[in-house]
Amino acid sequence: MHFSTIIGLEVHVQLLTKTKIFCGCANRFNPRNPNVQTCPVCLGLPGSLPVMNREAFRLSLKTAMALNCQITRFTKWDRKQYYYPDLPKNYQISQYDLPFSSDGWLEIETESDGSSAFQTDSPLSASSKTKRVRLIRVHLEEDAGKNLHDESGQGADSQVDLNRAGTPLLEIVSQPDIRLPQQARAYLEELKLLLNYLAVSDCNMQEGSLRCDANVNLHVQTDDGEIIPTPIVEIKNLNSFRGVELALNYEIKRQIEQWKQTGQKLGDVEKETRGWDADREVTFAQRGKEEASDYRYFPDPDLVPVSVSEELIETICSEMCELPAARRCRFQLEFQLSNYDAMVIIGQGRIFADYYEQVANVCGDGKQAANWVTQDVLRELNDRQITIDEFPIRPPELSALLTKITGNEITTKSAREIFSELLVDMGNGDEGKEISGARIDQIIDQKDLGIVSDVGQLDAIIAVAMGRNKKAVADFCDGKQTAIGRIIGEVMREVKGADPKLVRKMIVDKIGS
Amino acid sequence: MVTAICRVGLPEKRLIGIMSVPLTRDDVQKVAMLARLKLSDAELDLFTNQLGQVLEYVKMLNEVDTDTDAIEPMVHVAELRNVFRDDELEKSLSRVESLANAPKTDGQFFLVPPIMEGT
Amino acid sequence: MSITGLTAAELLRRMEREELSCVEVTQAHLDAIDTHDQQIGAFLHVDADTALAQAEAIDRKRQSGESLGSLAGLPVAVKDMLCTKGQTTTCASRMLQRFVPPYDAHVITLLKQSDAVLIGKTNMDEFAMGSSTENSAFKITRTPWNRDCVAGGSSGGSAAAVAASMAPLAIGSDTGGSIRQPASFCGVVGLKPTYGRVSRYGLIAYASSLDQVGPFANDVHGAALLMQTIAGYDRRDSTSVNIDVPTFTKTIGKPLSELRIGIVREHFAEGLHVDVESAIQTTLDVYRSLGAKIRDIALPHSRYAVATYYLIASSEASSNLARYDGVHYGDRADQFDKMVDMYAASRGEGFGAEVKRRIMLGTYALSSGYYDAYYLKALKVRRLIQSDFDQAFQNVDVIASPVSPTPAFRVGKLVDDPLAMYLSDIYTISANLAGIPGISVPAGISSDGLPIGLQLLAAPFEEERLLRVAHMFERETEWHKQRVVLESN
Repeated sequence: MHFSTIIGLEVHVQLLTKTKIFCGCANRFNPRNPNVQTCPVCLGLPGSLPVMNREAFRLSLKTAMALNCQITRFTKWDRKQYYYPDLPKNYQISQYDLPFSSDGWLEIETESDGSSAFQTDSPLSASSKTKRVRLIRVHLEEDAGKNLHDESGQGADSQVDLNRAGTPLLEIVSQPDIRLPQQARAYLEELKLLLNYLAVSDCNMQEGSLRCDANVNLHVQTDDGEIIPTPIVEIKNLNSFRGVELALNYEIKRQIEQWKQTGQKLGDVEKETRGWDADREVTFAQRGKEEASDYRYFPDPDLVPVSVSEELIETICSEMCELPAARRCRFQLEFQLSNYDAMVIIGQGRIFADYYEQVANVCGDGKQAANWVTQDVLRELNDRQITIDEFPIRPPELSALLTKITGNEITTKSAREIFSELLVDMGNGDEGKEISGARIDQIIDQKDLGIVSDVGQLDAIIAVAMGRNKKAVADFCDGKQTAIGRIIGEVMREVKGADPKLVRKMIVDKIGS
Repeated sequence: MVTAICRVGLPEKRLIGIMSVPLTRDDVQKVAMLARLKLSDAELDLFTNQLGQVLEYVKMLNEVDTDTDAIEPMVHVAELRNVFRDDELEKSLSRVESLANAPKTDGQFFLVPPIMEGT
Repeated sequence: MSITGLTAAELLRRMEREELSCVEVTQAHLDAIDTHDQQIGAFLHVDADTALAQAEAIDRKRQSGESLGSLAGLPVAVKDMLCTKGQTTTCASRMLQRFVPPYDAHVITLLKQSDAVLIGKTNMDEFAMGSSTENSAFKITRTPWNRDCVAGGSSGGSAAAVAASMAPLAIGSDTGGSIRQPASFCGVVGLKPTYGRVSRYGLIAYASSLDQVGPFANDVHGAALLMQTIAGYDRRDSTSVNIDVPTFTKTIGKPLSELRIGIVREHFAEGLHVDVESAIQTTLDVYRSLGAKIRDIALPHSRYAVATYYLIASSEASSNLARYDGVHYGDRADQFDKMVDMYAASRGEGFGAEVKRRIMLGTYALSSGYYDAYYLKALKVRRLIQSDFDQAFQNVDVIASPVSPTPAFRVGKLVDDPLAMYLSDIYTISANLAGIPGISVPAGISSDGLPIGLQLLAAPFEEERLLRVAHMFERETEWHKQRVVLESN
């Protein structure tokens, strides 16, 4: 018996508009100040009416186009009806049978795969595979408010905050094309990156601006080759990428056990909804609805349909930035980066990649720039818990520094020292100030870090050092190549900016003469 | 301009079939649950009877052949399209105003009986 | 001569000449309410102090020579379905008996800007569901012509307030005839505008694709005056149409030459009260005498209008009224078991029988397995009904018909027979389904002494033509001048 896993993801993303989808209240995460971003419209007060936010629709179109979706030329709004205290009208304005977009896809990098149907070889890299996850639809709807439950078990009333009610929300539904939990995670990471590039959402999972539900079941292949699908389980409210991966791993094991025990097939039981307990790392059955859901969708008579013109699509197309996949590809070609480096740089988000690109362009050595930003810069960002736009060394200064290395003015080692020195400056009450190029030259002067290629000056110092280390000279003559390291070290300590290669050559020449 | 804005719908014959199933007290009970209406036994009986009469009356729509051509379902009167507002901040209500009409609050939040996840 | 009972135009004239102050006019109408409304039941809330304060402010403005709005000093009664900031707005429902909106409906804002005096909020069928104003949770409104008979509905309070000279003008709303039918039952003028002509912002929704706010007045000119004040585009209502609003009062006196009036044979068939039929025939003779041509037209799908209407209106209502759940506003039941029961108990207690019936019907029509057979089918028939009107208006300027098959019926007569009540809307409902404007003008008195209305319908946004045609009739007749004489309480 062989099991393969079938996973589809439903992602909800809050859009970065100034105001809510149907009213002029602020669209802002503000849990400390409940029920202040509220008005008759988003409170669902009697008599109030919704009017669609143009920017919310534009951001939605942009996202769907970047996700390679077909844009529906005629779209409308429907009411999805269910009772819940965070839904003030007791219906959610959403899209049912005519979503504004459908049939898209997103490519992810994947190492292995249980299927081959949607797998293509990446044009760039033989080591990794590119997998295309198809999207069923992307639609626009309003977010609900937030219910806060009494966690103490005392049975106190639940609290309802409607600050979030009416936040524009995109629902992105994938086909069940995902086969492994790590692919699910890769899909979410790639999606988040894309949304970051498009600047349509801040994708903050802690604040709930990106939320994920997963549908998962098994295809059981029996020994005689028959494939039996098992009942689909929906895991709700996964609030971290790691949580998605862990929950799916757990759920797959659980479903295999369940199959072995019950032999239940798809259709035998109703679709189950399970929650994810991040502390215990288990999924748990959520209490069933008191009735089968019947959302009674129907077209919202308060909102008129939207016709999407060719011109609008062209305008959005022309405003579209370079997307992560294309940029990854270009960086590899233009800056001779490895697939890995390109992944790391692009994966840090659009502003980080912009930073890299500026440094690489100015210093002219993309590989060196990649080493510095993926190692030195990234390490500092992690240590300091800051983002690249808060990093004090800006691209002109970093490229100035790197240019001094490529121009043989300083050594890489000195450059690291200068880099640290620049950051120390920031620790001395200069936080928030950017570092100037002049400061780099100043440090080089102060610390005497300029490469010394004055042979005369070096000659005398080498002679003294050799005189102090006669044994090392003798060992070297006996064929022990590493012995002169000690002499080089002494010279370097004496002359900070000395070029180690030059020093070594001069010592070897002296011994041989 | 006419554009399909609704599901096309089932063929006429099926609809007549659906409409000819009489309404039972059980159906009314289910609908009351969906609509979150607590009805007394007397109301259930009365509504089963009255709604049954209304449904019997609306069956007359079966006389109209809506299978022919594409009859565009009429959701809106005017053929308005693309009505948007600009993404500009407007004044919200204060918290006091927002909560003013609520049956139960703690001064910060609307309060409801404890809700369990998934219910 | 008494102040109450004057037309809006006459009151404006006298206030402009400073023969009357706005305070005097307001006080006279407040007195009329005080004296007569116990018998009629037109008003749910009257705030005399606020009304008089508004009136004083307008008098001061006039004295200081400031420019005044088009309704300066005219008392206007408003159906309790339009939100008024800081003033209880109940929709005649127990559910909203304590609801105080934090905002004004667009129409209320326009009335305030035009210096009208908001004299009170009027009774109605709960959430506008009904044809008699017997479905109010608070009281029944009776036609001033005979207190054993209903005022019609759902805007019965507004119609009765004008008929009983408690306000020269009133605002109502019309979803299936709720302005025209009570206007007819109370012997006043009532206009239902084209859908999209008047903003619905702040009008508590019954059936969103059908609801429209409109004026009542004691003559056609008053209706035109109020109409031009409340009409116009509003960016807060997505279904509001951005089209110029003519100054109806300027053109109202111009008769239409070569007027073509359409009539539908089936409208004069079974079920039509003999007095209503003869009154309508007489009005047609009046138009003939003015040179109009009366033509037969066909509206083949209008016989399906009632069925279509009740499916669509109830479906939308079931959704629009879902928000009344005892969480964010409205009344919460005292006794319940957990969350779901709190909803059901609050709604079960808060809504009256007719509201529950329509919520049930609409929920059923939208539910899984029934949507296509009921709701979707009704939407298609609605399209056919609209097409019938499109074709008809190729050949005629207006369509004339009765407003209601009978004059005002007796209180209690139809309450236990919802279907019969629904069928009384047969002449008015099609106009809402098609979204076209319609007017009811007084056109006779029955042998029992009850008023009879004539309905005129026109093509979308042809309110100007409608008002001119109505005015042609009005100036040839005296029906609109009849005032009910009421004894004091």
